[in-house]
Amino acid sequence: MSDPSTGQGDLPRAIVAGHGDFANGLVSAVQQITGRGDQLIGVSVAKLCVEDIENLLRQKMAELHVRVIFTDLQAGSCTMAARRILRGMDDAVLVAGANLPMLLDFVFSEGRNAPEAARHAAERGRVAITAHGAGA
Amino acid sequence: MTLLLYRIDDRLLHGQVVVGWGQPLDIDFIVLVDDTVAASDWEQELYRMGVPPEMQVYFLSAADAVTAIPEYRAEARRGILLTGDIATMRRIVDGAGVDDVNIGGIHSGTGRVQKLRYVFLSPDEERQLRELSMQGAKVTAQDVPGARPVPLDDLLSGAELT
Repeated sequence: MSDPSTGQGDLPRAIVAGHGDFANGLVSAVQQITGRGDQLIGVSVAKLCVEDIENLLRQKMAELHVRVIFTDLQAGSCTMAARRILRGMDDAVLVAGANLPMLLDFVFSEGRNAPEAARHAAERGRVAITAHGAGA
Repeated sequence: MTLLLYRIDDRLLHGQVVVGWGQPLDIDFIVLVDDTVAASDWEQELYRMGVPPEMQVYFLSAADAVTAIPEYRAEARRGILLTGDIATMRRIVDGAGVDDVNIGGIHSGTGRVQKLRYVFLSPDEERQLRELSMQGAKVTAQDVPGARPVPLDDLLSGAELT
């Protein structure tokens, strides 16, 4: 098996998790724009309790050899669960507050390993937010 | 002002509570009542990081919460009291008296049957909710402020699922 952290081997390279249809919606948008949606796997947790969210994310990370999780909200259950999973896991990255520009950057960062790509993408996603109009 | 909402939510502090209820109710503080979290600095830090800096969070055991509730009720600020399970809320109602209990989310788990989109209950939890009601608390399910509160009888009958 190739190194899962290189970004050029196994897919997917990251999990996307969040409220409602946020995750699958973002993955769908990435696929529509780039055709690279297979680098991401969306996880829906709507009916799950906290323990089951943690178990599901942990299971996905293990079976897919993924070390990157994108979530929607700092206070969200997926973020809480991911932080519990990543405690003591030095080679993994959680990015909370994910947006579409961030994930687009991630899927094109194939030269970096997945955790490095996630950190780079987090910055790109941050600066991609702008406000227009009303005197701005 | 006082404690404006007494909520059972197995996800404890998350988006629906911090944003969904916190913003429209203009909440200043949250009292998170959970014996496990109250005993763990790491868990407390985890939950605190998800809350905006202007909102305070107090982590208490059930026993400490019963003692402290009169002070929180006398606050000029606006607060939410949160438990992760029905049993803890029962201790609060037993010890401090509560008029209205909000079921915000009890999710799928072993032995539980779905009653609402966001409420799954075991037979024992159903019994505990009935007992809460018999203690005088008005129990309704409502995940977010804009949703219709579902009365306990309708919740337990599963009628709202169809």
